[in-house]
Amino acid sequence: MPYLSGEPPFLNSSGPDQNIKKFMAKKEIHFKLNGQAAACAPGDTIMQAAKKNGLSIPGLCGHPDFPAKTNCRVCVVEIKGRPKLEPSCAILVEEGMEITTDSARVRQERNLNLELIFAEHIEKCPTCVWRFECPLLFYAEKYKIKINRFSDRKGQRQKYSFANAVELDGSQCIDCRNCVDACSLLQKIDYLEVSGKGVNQEIKPVARSGAYCILCGQCALHCPVSAAQEQSEWPLVERDLADPDKIMVAQIAPSVRVTVGEDFDLPYGRNVAEKIISGLRRLGFKYVFDVNFGADITTIVEAEELLDRLAAKKNLPMFTSCCPGWVNYVEFYEPRLIPNLTTVRSPHIHSGGIIKTYWARRMNIKPENIVVVSVMPCTAKKYEAKRPELRIKDLAPVDHVLTARELSFLFKKNDLDLKTLPKDQPDALLGDYSGGAALFGGSGGVMESALRAAAFSLCQKGQAKICRTRIDFEEVRGLSGVKSATVELGGHRLRVGVVNGIGNIRAVLDHLADFDYLEVMACPGGCIGGGGQPIPTTPEIRRKRIEAILKIDQGAKIRRSNENQNAILALDWLKENKNLYNQIIFTKLVSRI
Amino acid sequence: MDLLAKLKKTNLTGRGGAGFPVWRKWEAVKEAPGKTKYLVINGSEGEPGIKKDFHILKNFLEDFFYGLDLAVNFFSIKRAFFYLNPSYYALLEKDLRRRQPAYLEIVKKPKDAGYIGGEETAVLNALENKKIEPRLRPPFPTVSGLFACPTLVHNIETLYQIALLAKDEYRQEKFYTINGDCLWTGVYSKPENWTIKQVLIETDNYPDFPFFVQVGGDASGLVLNMDQLKQAVGGAGSITVYSQSKHAPLDLIRGWIDFFARQSCGQCTPCREGTYRLQKIFSERTPDWALAGEILSALADTSFCALGRSVPIPIRSYINNVLKRSDASLWPDFPMAAAQDLCACF
Repeated sequence: MPYLSGEPPFLNSSGPDQNIKKFMAKKEIHFKLNGQAAACAPGDTIMQAAKKNGLSIPGLCGHPDFPAKTNCRVCVVEIKGRPKLEPSCAILVEEGMEITTDSARVRQERNLNLELIFAEHIEKCPTCVWRFECPLLFYAEKYKIKINRFSDRKGQRQKYSFANAVELDGSQCIDCRNCVDACSLLQKIDYLEVSGKGVNQEIKPVARSGAYCILCGQCALHCPVSAAQEQSEWPLVERDLADPDKIMVAQIAPSVRVTVGEDFDLPYGRNVAEKIISGLRRLGFKYVFDVNFGADITTIVEAEELLDRLAAKKNLPMFTSCCPGWVNYVEFYEPRLIPNLTTVRSPHIHSGGIIKTYWARRMNIKPENIVVVSVMPCTAKKYEAKRPELRIKDLAPVDHVLTARELSFLFKKNDLDLKTLPKDQPDALLGDYSGGAALFGGSGGVMESALRAAAFSLCQKGQAKICRTRIDFEEVRGLSGVKSATVELGGHRLRVGVVNGIGNIRAVLDHLADFDYLEVMACPGGCIGGGGQPIPTTPEIRRKRIEAILKIDQGAKIRRSNENQNAILALDWLKENKNLYNQIIFTKLVSRI
Repeated sequence: MDLLAKLKKTNLTGRGGAGFPVWRKWEAVKEAPGKTKYLVINGSEGEPGIKKDFHILKNFLEDFFYGLDLAVNFFSIKRAFFYLNPSYYALLEKDLRRRQPAYLEIVKKPKDAGYIGGEETAVLNALENKKIEPRLRPPFPTVSGLFACPTLVHNIETLYQIALLAKDEYRQEKFYTINGDCLWTGVYSKPENWTIKQVLIETDNYPDFPFFVQVGGDASGLVLNMDQLKQAVGGAGSITVYSQSKHAPLDLIRGWIDFFARQSCGQCTPCREGTYRLQKIFSERTPDWALAGEILSALADTSFCALGRSVPIPIRSYINNVLKRSDASLWPDFPMAAAQDLCACF
């Protein structure tokens, strides 16, 4: 099995929860690594320090989003003077420490632990979207692991499926518990638990009633071995691509263009939209569009709805609803807020609907022959696309949703290397977008885009006392958990808030009266940290991705959605048929508890 | 002299098995920042072969509670938790309830908590209603224990000894539980520095047949032969006598492994997977001794907590101290040479 992407990216947990003051006095710690003099910063774990000194220590259960758990016991090293091996992901380097990472003792015991872990993981490599990135396969090759030394013991384990979006395959689980940490510590949904003891331990949905999965996919994003993963739709996409009667249309989400490159060893935050487009054409897609176009549609309509609600003082604060994880959360946990969510559909549903109506008419194509495939940063989008209330004339606006990981997998499976692919442009009519639309890819982006459009619209309609030229709303950007600001809109002081990650929602729910307009993204960082994004996704990587999103906005020819002429054109066409317009633009949510 | 000074002077050690000086624990809790501090009495007594804590509760309940009062007062603790072996609770409920101070909450150790449920951080997890398994250290309970507050965790006997110390009745003794193939099994208070041999002789338990012993717990305790008895008893003070001819080697090894496999919490790879694989290996007609040896090494060296690290202790010491030195004709079917692989370690 070829391992295409080289060494698995370096991951270390956020370190042990301990007082590191005693190290603070020193600027640099000196230690010995495999006999060589080395130095690191105070507070570095052995694993971090080794990395700084050019040495990768293997490990499976660590992740910078979580405190160290040290349960895989793969990162063990020898420290002179200590009787047993120590987990390098949790032990801080001390002055004068002598660390050995490659002794016969370390090799034998680390390899044995890896072999034991392999026996927990039923290899399903041929159809696994993770096979080109799998650290287990990488370590097997690097350390010459005997992967069949122990017989597989989890063949009979259950697979838990969450709607059509996410699954937890017990037969592949290595008991690292990252998924539980993601669901509990990060998202505070607490839907997963470790049940049972010893070898009978199993990660499964909690038994408690009233617990629901919001399908955010953070479990999958933090799983080192793809036991938690998206429910694959690439086989369906492959099937449809092979069908000569189908008109295959792909559309790419705002955020995936700055993330997919990572799977091809390109630097973090590289915008590879043009390469993705040519890759999609090579996979057999006849047309490729940009969901950013849909984001402009969403922005324009949502800004109008915001202004209407503010004028009527009704159903405030208004919440964004383009994040399907957030929508699931509201339907399950806070149905009282359903009237507060914008009734506007999400960008790829908008563009999907427009493709099958407006564009189909203009191209003279039968809508039922069109297959729309959205490439999304998200697992919950798979569920959203299947919502019956979104169907238009009994056609789903979007037929299949691929995660960014699935796209990388399809490219690699078809020997398409993003690095060497030429550049290409999206197809006409639904290809252009504003900077505001591009911002949808990161936390605060929907808010900022809507604020731009609302201000512009007020001005156009002559309803603003002063027409302000302000475009940038820095207050709502960035990666803090909750961002809030007061902005001026048409002479009113608008109190806005942005929730970056559903784990931070409580702070806002307890203070609803303090806000007029709120954006919520279920995943930390927004879509750039989505559950369908390339692995790993860490705080540092989220930062680089969101910087790239801001750069796209800053470089855009137009910055406001209502300056996108093609979007206005499409909306005008839709408005001629009020019924169709309502079907394509709006949705209706219901409580599901 | 205040109590802490007395603890320092006598260097009283904790009686849970690890033998950590009590005064150092007290100083750590005293210095730990935080308004709320807790005391947790670990009364799980889950190590097979040890029954001293029950003996104390049954016979010296007043002293135990006096020691508890002293510790609670010393730290001005408002709430203490008594995490107790459920079978002890069932037998002593009336007496405990009668003497139970207002600050004390008695929590029965859950039935399925098992052996690992007695590990001190697993006890804290149990009290917090979390999964019963050990926590990563640091932070240590003295700094961040129950509900992340500084927590003093003490064994029942430790509090009893503290009471004696305060009353100037501490005699440098400890409780020994004697089990196995001898007549006068039971719990005895004898000087701490006595050797195994002394304890057996003085309690009239020294066998007149070839034997070996396991000291410090029937699971994690060290196995010693008849010539190795001139040392003090480690761990929580148990001596279990085994008649040399009554116990077949494979039965003993399987017994230890089955116990650890059943009791493993499942948190870390070597213990969860390793003990299971050992069970499999020793259920075979011809065990793969070399592989079992490798697993034992990984358990000793890479396990998360003392449970996993203990697995090799009884097995290796039994082979090294007993089997190697006994008459080969005693267990003619036992593959002595191959079994040496269990002891190959770094």
